[in-house]
Amino acid sequence: MDNGTFLRIAGLSAGYGATRVLERLDLDIRKGEFVALLGSSGCGKTTLLRAVAGFAKPSAGSIIVAGRDVTRLPPDRRGMAMVFQSYALWSHMTVGQNIGYGLKLKGLPRTEIAQRVGELEEMLGLTGLGSRKPAALSGGQRQRVALGRALAINPQILLLDEPLSNLDARIRLKVRHDISALQKRLGITAVHVTHDREEAMVMADRIVIMDAGRIAQQGTPEEVYNRPASPFVAAFMGAENVLELSGNVDASAVAIKAGANNHRCLLPLGGRTLESGMFEARFRAEAAELMTGDAPAGAPGQALELSGRVEAASYPGGIWRHSIRIGEAQILVDAPRPFEHGSAVRIRIPAEKLFLFNTRSAHERPHAHSLHDGRKGRVLEASET
Amino acid sequence: MSTAAIPETNAPGFRLDLWWIPRAIVLGLIAFAIFGPLTNLLLWTVAEKWYFPHTLPLEYGFSYWGRVFSPRGNAMESLTNSILVASLTVVVSLALAIPAGYALARLRLPFRAAILFAFLIPQAFPNLPVYVNIARLFYEIGLNGTIAGVVLVHATHGLVYAVWIATAAFAAVDAELEQAARSIGAGALRAFREVTLPLAAPGLLASAIFVFLESLDEFTGSYFVGAPDVNMLPLLLYTAGAGGNYQVASITALLLLIPSVGFMLVVERFLKSDVLSKVGH
Repeated sequence: MDNGTFLRIAGLSAGYGATRVLERLDLDIRKGEFVALLGSSGCGKTTLLRAVAGFAKPSAGSIIVAGRDVTRLPPDRRGMAMVFQSYALWSHMTVGQNIGYGLKLKGLPRTEIAQRVGELEEMLGLTGLGSRKPAALSGGQRQRVALGRALAINPQILLLDEPLSNLDARIRLKVRHDISALQKRLGITAVHVTHDREEAMVMADRIVIMDAGRIAQQGTPEEVYNRPASPFVAAFMGAENVLELSGNVDASAVAIKAGANNHRCLLPLGGRTLESGMFEARFRAEAAELMTGDAPAGAPGQALELSGRVEAASYPGGIWRHSIRIGEAQILVDAPRPFEHGSAVRIRIPAEKLFLFNTRSAHERPHAHSLHDGRKGRVLEASET
Repeated sequence: MSTAAIPETNAPGFRLDLWWIPRAIVLGLIAFAIFGPLTNLLLWTVAEKWYFPHTLPLEYGFSYWGRVFSPRGNAMESLTNSILVASLTVVVSLALAIPAGYALARLRLPFRAAILFAFLIPQAFPNLPVYVNIARLFYEIGLNGTIAGVVLVHATHGLVYAVWIATAAFAAVDAELEQAARSIGAGALRAFREVTLPLAAPGLLASAIFVFLESLDEFTGSYFVGAPDVNMLPLLLYTAGAGGNYQVASITALLLLIPSVGFMLVVERFLKSDVLSKVGH
């Protein structure tokens, strides 16, 4: 084992009956690291978390914590604590009893439990609520009690199963920062399951994007955002505008062939691994620059330029979002000012913000299911989520 | 009707009043159907002399109460027997229903529906032939005429309520509540004892009350297996009623009615809709 790895998941497979949810998954997590498992529903992220916690039996592979194989250990002997999406607070116990339960299990004297519970209540802003029942608390307070109950036992690893998804949007933003600040302060290793991209970006040191039981990509928030490794990751990270392009690749640059709606251009390869042929190009609505159709052309080497027609514009706040038709395709582009409906426009996408992937014919991808289906039905405002 | 709708219907106020007439009649009939026989029963308990064609008793008094509760009258013995048997039946039924209900609610058991259905079988056949045969069998192994024998008969009868309601009660406790305890260090048994069991307790209490009331009212099994060595309240009621002694029969009936009404109020409070919706699933 290389030093630094604290939680090692090796070759983990799991499933219900014949359906495999996890496929020989490997993941190493360092001590004190905050890892977010990000993916759409059914990608296996929750199963992975439950397997680590001991609630789902893996069919193969192992889970190793600090050199100790815990794969066959029951959940209560793994030194972990889990925070559930439903909070799972015990309604027959008070807030204080909920938080102190883990300490009671350890057989600590009552005064010591009371002191530790008091500390946690203070740390989590629950002071004075200790004798209330969970039913008498707000959603945010319940969430903090659930967190306090998990933190009380000083777990080696904190497992968070979408703990914020039942909170109001406004509280959620604050709690994100509270949890990651607390995790950093206590130095706990945390594994956080979420389907919320922004939540993962804000909270995690490392994001693990999962797709169909495998890891699609992992890296720092900046890496997965700016250098998606596959069309799936690009789409999941918000690059939902998609175009078909073709071109030739040489050692340092990719030459995009002129098409019906674009001129020939030469883009620096910039670390991409591409083969000549058909490309799937993806970019975010905010990555492109919108210009009127008669604006002077920019330097051809640095950006892809497309021509299209404005179909609709809306104002989601801050910027104007335009729906633009380019040949058969429809894309969303942001601009600081509105462009008239029906007007001809040019769209300029800087090379570093254009994600290029070989399409399936050139480069076989076994897990090609992605957000393709959802693309048809998306509305102007939906690309933000 | 929502409060917002009231101002609208206020204008043609007399129509609203007219609607109360059929409602009042229906409610009155229902009340009469329920409370009429009860009033009759209450009157009989305090009637000293009452015969046809008089609508009301001719003399009132409590002399029959004294007779029922006198050491010579066997009401006290029957009451003690009934309560003892009912309590033991609850203990036996719950001892089986708690593990069975937990397993049926939590584990992915094969033939789960068949197992749940099996508990219905004692109710599916006519009581009389079943209990006659049980009595014969119990006679051979010396269980006839013993408290244990009657408890066993009542338990087979009560298990369907106990197991079905206990299964629903455990199913209504989210598995995550138990897992939350497991994840912070509670062993399986401890998590069950300190989290699942207390949370399922109201439903289990309701099932206990059902079993208790069933046992208290049960006649056929008590008659064939218990009598004449173990006498129960329904048997006393039967004997008194058959002998034309309506005062004693009514007083016995009232004794049976009190726990029923009292416990139904408790059940109504504890058997929440989340448990009820899971009965039989």
